Amino acid sequence: MDRIIEQIPRFFTADNMVLLLQSAGLTLAMTLVGCVIGFVLALVLVFLRQTPGKWAIPLRIICVTYVEVFRRIPFLVVIYLVLFFIQTVATNASLFTIAVISICIYAIAYTAEIIRGGLESVPTTQMEAARAMNFGRLRTMLTITLPQAWPIIIPPAIAFAVSFIKDTALVSQIGVFELTFRGKELNNQGYSGVLVFGTIALCYFLMSFPLSMLGQYLEKRLATPRGQRTSRKIRRT
Amino acid sequence: MPHLAVNELRARYGALDVLKGVSFSIEKGQVVALVGPSGSGKSTVLRTLVGLTPATGGNVMINDDRIDFASTASLRRARDQIAIVFQQYNLFQNMRIIDNVTVAPTKIKKRPKAEVRADAERLLAMVGLADKLQAFPDQLSGGQQQRVAIARALALHPEILLLDEVTSALDPELVNEVLDSIRQLAEDGMTMVLVSHEMAFVREIADQVVFMDGGVVVEHGPPAQLFDNPKTDRARNFFGKILRH
Amino acid sequence: MNYTFQYGVVWDNFGALMEGAWLTLQLGVFAFGGGLLIGLICASIKTYGPLPLRILVDSYVVFITNTPALIQIYFLYFGLPELGVRWSNEACVLIGLVLNAGAYLTMILRAGFLSVRKNEIEAGLTMGFSVVQQIRYIIVPHIAKSVYPALANFFIVVLVMGTSVGALIGVDELTGQAINLSSINYRWLEYFSVVAVLYVALTFVASIGLALLGRWAFRVKVRIF
Repeated sequence: MDRIIEQIPRFFTADNMVLLLQSAGLTLAMTLVGCVIGFVLALVLVFLRQTPGKWAIPLRIICVTYVEVFRRIPFLVVIYLVLFFIQTVATNASLFTIAVISICIYAIAYTAEIIRGGLESVPTTQMEAARAMNFGRLRTMLTITLPQAWPIIIPPAIAFAVSFIKDTALVSQIGVFELTFRGKELNNQGYSGVLVFGTIALCYFLMSFPLSMLGQYLEKRLATPRGQRTSRKIRRT
Repeated sequence: MPHLAVNELRARYGALDVLKGVSFSIEKGQVVALVGPSGSGKSTVLRTLVGLTPATGGNVMINDDRIDFASTASLRRARDQIAIVFQQYNLFQNMRIIDNVTVAPTKIKKRPKAEVRADAERLLAMVGLADKLQAFPDQLSGGQQQRVAIARALALHPEILLLDEVTSALDPELVNEVLDSIRQLAEDGMTMVLVSHEMAFVREIADQVVFMDGGVVVEHGPPAQLFDNPKTDRARNFFGKILRH
Repeated sequence: MNYTFQYGVVWDNFGALMEGAWLTLQLGVFAFGGGLLIGLICASIKTYGPLPLRILVDSYVVFITNTPALIQIYFLYFGLPELGVRWSNEACVLIGLVLNAGAYLTMILRAGFLSVRKNEIEAGLTMGFSVVQQIRYIIVPHIAKSVYPALANFFIVVLVMGTSVGALIGVDELTGQAINLSSINYRWLEYFSVVAVLYVALTFVASIGLALLGRWAFRVKVRIF
């Protein structure tokens, strides 16, 4: 206990804080890039999964399998698989790239389910109206169903990304200089584990908590019907 | 040559045969009303014509153009010439009224924006909604939404307009505003196929009535003949029940 | 890519992987069980307890759910010895996971408690149920029905995401075994692809078991896929 108190002034130096801040930035950047790319690819996956017709059955099976399988494999195992796979095909890929790809692979599986749920919440009659007017499947999704599904999709998608900030701690294992890796490094330099991991936990908390609050606010706001949201109301007659 | 000829149209939902070979035809500028008990397949006829319910047999001739339901290209051509108005209006909830009307003509038919916009404003004024261009569907009453749906269908410049029980979801006091719009269309010479339970309206507006039951056409003819002098028992039974009250 | 896959060495050590899988399953079950106990207590406190205790529970939940499980376990493993508490790596992982799962399960169960509406309880009273009967016949089935799918889903999360974290402090569960074995002969891709398949198989068995349990005990339909 005394050792911890004695270390406090040596630990909270400007240098160490800058290091932590940089690592926190890297953690956020990794999560953001991975989840955004993952989200876009998940949109593609959901679109492919909804391809109608007999010839598309293998395609649909692949899409379903992808989602099911990657939701059942630990993120750590995905990281290792990506690391060693990428290293055999592209030896000069950076660790950051490998981390982002792992996050992406995982994010696709989870957000695809969120997107599918959102799209399925839009009444099928909306699709029928579009189809009767010769809208293609892609155009229907982009102009009719997705815009109506955003309020259902966005809050859980943000919640997923925010919660994934924490899971990215696992990429410390392959040596990306993110927050957890920095923590282990400082611990190895002889700083107290209580102090280091307490501080690291606080750093994660400071990223995760405000963002999850923002997500909850968005959820409430999006849940309000448009009629009550726009400032100039048009009266029902 | 009929404007629209439906030949031996068949469709099924799962194992259930909903249409067992339906045929009728309609001349340009005529109004045909499909009537019959619920479950008789009237709405399915309309849905099949625009490819929402897959046809399992038969074909349709529009002018001289044979529409084969097995071919996607052919089906697209049918949708290009036939527009449908749904019972539940099905306006795009995420779009303003004006965009609901202009989206398909500009994006699908690739007509010039300015022309489509002017056309849409004219049509919305015709159905009495010139002041609602910027509203969203959920800010309008059912009757208003249904009139927007009619304007949206007309903006496609269809050869033939299908109306699927367009007044049955409306409160009674809103029915007339929609029927007025349809009367106007009939006077303008629009070819229409409508499914309706408003028998008085059908009698007034239809040139021909097709009575369906159990997925087949039982009897057809001018409204006066069918309503007052049905030849078949089934038709007599049906009209007897409906017209008595 | 001129990499030749050699699975032979993986089959030679398949027994070790199965031991890892067994430990994974044990960790998952105990972490979930312990977490469920904490969750029940905390959710009850949040619903019926006095304000100071409710604040305590809230802080616990908010802090745990906003920090990584890995950091929580590192804290137990690298931090606590400095304060004179020394646990084995298995104990650190298990205690860390129980605390972690406890916070999430508090949220899940709390939502279930809230789903029992007042008028349902009143309806029970007017029908002449005693308090015990009411809990037995109305409240528990109702909560089970609304909460069971979320619980089943969370069990899979603990089983997969949770337990694998143990590998990072040297616990030889499934992922840990894969790391150990592949660092001996560098057949990483082979080991990890087999381990991935084992995780999928393990969770499928668990999902099916949970679906059957839910149907049998609570008459709840749970989707396996």
